[in-house]
Amino acid sequence: MSYLPYVIAAWIFLVGLYGLITSRHLVHLIICLSVIQSSTYVLLVAIGYRTGAAAPVFADIPPGTPAVDSVVQAVMLTDVVVEVTVVALLLAFAVQTHKRHGTVDPDQLRALRG
Amino acid sequence: MKRKTRTRFFLVSASVLAAVFLLGVLGLPPLGHYRGPYGDVVNALTVPERHVTDAVTLVNFDVRGFDTLGEEYILFTSVMAVALLLRRQRDEPRRRHRDHAPGRKGVEASDAVRVVSLVLSGILVTFGIYVVTHGQLTPGGGFQGGVILATAPLLMYVAGEFENFRRAVPRQLVHIAEALGACGYGLIGLATMAAGGAFLQNTLPFGTTGSIVSGGTIPLIDLSVGLEVSGGLAVLLIVYMEETLEHKEE
Repeated sequence: MSYLPYVIAAWIFLVGLYGLITSRHLVHLIICLSVIQSSTYVLLVAIGYRTGAAAPVFADIPPGTPAVDSVVQAVMLTDVVVEVTVVALLLAFAVQTHKRHGTVDPDQLRALRG
Repeated sequence: MKRKTRTRFFLVSASVLAAVFLLGVLGLPPLGHYRGPYGDVVNALTVPERHVTDAVTLVNFDVRGFDTLGEEYILFTSVMAVALLLRRQRDEPRRRHRDHAPGRKGVEASDAVRVVSLVLSGILVTFGIYVVTHGQLTPGGGFQGGVILATAPLLMYVAGEFENFRRAVPRQLVHIAEALGACGYGLIGLATMAAGGAFLQNTLPFGTTGSIVSGGTIPLIDLSVGLEVSGGLAVLLIVYMEETLEHKEE
């Protein structure tokens, strides 16, 4: 039971990867990539979790109260920001691909064209 | 490669990946038994040494402020790249923006949608500014508050026509906001060097714990990140909307 979040993280990662491999639409593929990335959120937060500890915000609890790891939470925030930028950039590529090749099915994008 | 072959190949390698991953996580401490030490060190110095109460903001804007600078520039660069990719090509004719496909009547936003969106956009701007400015005290900060601020123009678009959205959110202004936010962070770093510290070393007085100006350089960095994120996301919104609306007209 205590390893369940790690297993869930692995499951989310693999499900996203499966969607990415079998994708028939570029936008679907990009969403699958963001599913893969969300597995890292689960993993990071699970690693920093401590049973019975408070959130690392000492506004209404006295300093020194046991709190969960604030470093992994900050890393997760970075993760979210990077994901947003990656998705925005890839969607722009998808729009351009549709304009140039008239399709968004990865299987029909056979060759690179200038 | 055929789809079936590819999927089979994937299933084999995925099961190997799953096995190796499970082997790896079994070596981690079980859930709830965090061993530290970095989180504990940061949590312990949050209030006594920096006079702030949100440890996550402390990590982002002070302890590893240099990494967050890089993170902010990832956002900046990718927003620029999206704007570059979706710019009007030379062979694309200039068109008037209309919010519906040709030969079809545009759907007017209903009064209910209009009222709710307009009321909400005012509340969201206030809430966004609150989240940005209280980053060092309560959960939140420049990244979260910036995203909340950028949803206000989106609601404005939902409430009315695209032209109104363009008037309310001039492209030039959001570009300036984004640029100011991006260079503000670097300038704060240079200013701390001019004050005799290291790059992004927190050299300002820390103030009283719980005050909105506590934490030295943290609230300043918070503001510049909030400006950068809200500006960047607004640029993304504008660029994508212009692109989609043009396509709808073809």
